[in-house]
Amino acid sequence: MTIRLTEIWVGIFVAAGLAALFMLAMKVSNLSSYSQDGGYEITARFEDISGLKVRSAVTMAGVRIGRVTAIGFDKDTFEAVVTMTVEGDYNTLPKDTSASIYTAGLLGEKYVGLEPGGDETNMQQGDRIKLTQGSMVLEKLIGQFISRFLDSDKEAKN
Amino acid sequence: MKSVMDSLQSLGHKGSGFFERLGRASILFYHILAGVPGLFLRYPLMIQQIYSVGVLSLLIIVVSGLFVGMVLGLQGYNTLVDFGAEESLGVVVALSLVRELGPVVTALLFAGRAGSALTAEIGLMKATEQLSAMEMMAIDPIRRVLAPRFLAGFFSMPLLAAIFSAVGVIGGYIVGVGLLGVDDGAYWSQMQAKVDLHEDIYNGVIKSIAFGVIVTWIAVFEGYDAVPTSEGVSRATTRTVVHSSLAVLGTDFILTALMFGEH
Amino acid sequence: MSNSSDILVSTRGLSFSRGSRQIFDDIDIDIKRGSVTAFMGPSGTGKTTLLRLIGGQLRPDSGKVLVDGEEVHALKRAQLYQLRKRMGMLFQNGALLTDMNVYDNVAFPLREHTDLPERLIRDLVLMKLHAVGLRGARKLMPSELSGGMARRVALARAIALDPMMIMYDEPFTGQDPISMGVLVNLIRLLNDALGLTSIIVSHDIAETAAIADDIYLLSGGKVVAHGSADELKQSGSEWAKQFIEGLPDGPVPFHYPAEDYAHDLLNGGAA
Repeated sequence: MTIRLTEIWVGIFVAAGLAALFMLAMKVSNLSSYSQDGGYEITARFEDISGLKVRSAVTMAGVRIGRVTAIGFDKDTFEAVVTMTVEGDYNTLPKDTSASIYTAGLLGEKYVGLEPGGDETNMQQGDRIKLTQGSMVLEKLIGQFISRFLDSDKEAKN
Repeated sequence: MKSVMDSLQSLGHKGSGFFERLGRASILFYHILAGVPGLFLRYPLMIQQIYSVGVLSLLIIVVSGLFVGMVLGLQGYNTLVDFGAEESLGVVVALSLVRELGPVVTALLFAGRAGSALTAEIGLMKATEQLSAMEMMAIDPIRRVLAPRFLAGFFSMPLLAAIFSAVGVIGGYIVGVGLLGVDDGAYWSQMQAKVDLHEDIYNGVIKSIAFGVIVTWIAVFEGYDAVPTSEGVSRATTRTVVHSSLAVLGTDFILTALMFGEH
Repeated sequence: MSNSSDILVSTRGLSFSRGSRQIFDDIDIDIKRGSVTAFMGPSGTGKTTLLRLIGGQLRPDSGKVLVDGEEVHALKRAQLYQLRKRMGMLFQNGALLTDMNVYDNVAFPLREHTDLPERLIRDLVLMKLHAVGLRGARKLMPSELSGGMARRVALARAIALDPMMIMYDEPFTGQDPISMGVLVNLIRLLNDALGLTSIIVSHDIAETAAIADDIYLLSGGKVVAHGSADELKQSGSEWAKQFIEGLPDGPVPFHYPAEDYAHDLLNGGAA
């Protein structure tokens, strides 16, 4: 095995390894939708954000237009403060856009869905979404359902 | 009563023996690291070692990666189809490989193939007095023999793990999309949505680097520390495979808990 | 730091033990410059250990080893390595590096320790190989060499850096008469031609006595006889007599220490 042949094989090996890493980064991971230059930040406050995480998706009309970048807590109003970065391309969001927290699929993870309002001026860096709907907590829903069921039952009996 | 005392004594002996070996191994590690900077001026040594440690492991890594990926495709499909979630097959295959199977299985295979070869080679050099001869020629065997091999292993492992994962994803594709009818687009798009560059890929690479250090360190130490007889070398080779496998699995648990635990 | 005295290597009060066995017990040795000095004795008396002590691979329990005026075990690592460049060592099985051919093996110390260009290295390697008669074998791999040839290549490698002394660890063991003759001649020839000091550790009387200027007999951790070959033959020492004549029993006993024979036989049953 000459030195030359060995070197060629090592070169092939390193190239294959780098190619594999590249493939993993490009085709397998979310690198392609990763570039966030020119994004702008907006905030929204929610009563309940259970399950929403940093890096959860922010969508409008089902299309992902940004990500949750920070989750905080307001000690005075006891609300959750969610900071989102919207990609720079999507800068025509009306100022009265509303935000709700949905679940992807039945047991899936939470994401923020934005619905456009009718305002003519657009959202800028640092703006706040006023209308929000917190995440649906399963237990509360079941509780509501049961109490409503019991109420109607009572009415029926009377 | 005496036998209880004897067992306790031998246990203590083994325990202190363990620490003794760990101490020697750490000192060796320090000497190897000290010899690393000088290596960058000596390419031919490195190239030769990367060849014998990395390139020669390619076959087993690629074949294993392919089969593991295909099995993941098969088993993943069988389980997901019960939940009507077979379109998520890509996610299952990719995450399993990139986070766990890629680094870990590659490390285990590497320990068996390259690790044992390293130990045997170095042990044999010790048994035939080649290391001693080098010392008497005023050449430090740690710098000349051990350091290049260590660096080669450290360098090759992440590349091999990446190749394993990539080939595995393709294997899962062949089985899932090709044989079982999962939608082509769904396989890749769901995967891309759920596999995160930082969380999954980077962490997987960090794991494989850590495993590379551990496996190569153990392999090189066992060879250098082997009793210089044929029996001693064979026992050292066995120890390399067993100890590195256990160390890899243990470290995997710790790293996984740190990286993927609930933040 | 050169010392133009007569003595190149000496030990004073050298003691070394391995486990419970005392290998050397307060030994004093002087090896003259330019001479061929032999250390002989029954197997297991630690002759190889002596070479390792001189080369600094082992540390004595007490006593000093001096090489060319420098105390070996007081040297720092870098200085020890400098000293070793001036020592050549021939191991019992040659200890050639198995992954390179003969040429590369001999070139190894030159490439590692000097910045000489390859043309010069080639000349040197060919000269050294020619001196041991193996210039034509330079492309062979160590696995293709016979034992005797491997030792000769190792010898060429040992003289590659033109050392001031060479240590031979059992060079004649297991050789056929012709290879033996070749080696014996080579050792003496090189010693005189290159102005070396040679230290031979061996138990082959005839060969060693033929070329050694000075012989030390070691047994039981001590020097039991010392002198030239003729002096030893004529000395009245029982040790010398047993060794030189190859008698099975004498100061070195035939029987490994054991219980009384009759007692052992009659009480058979106890393991």
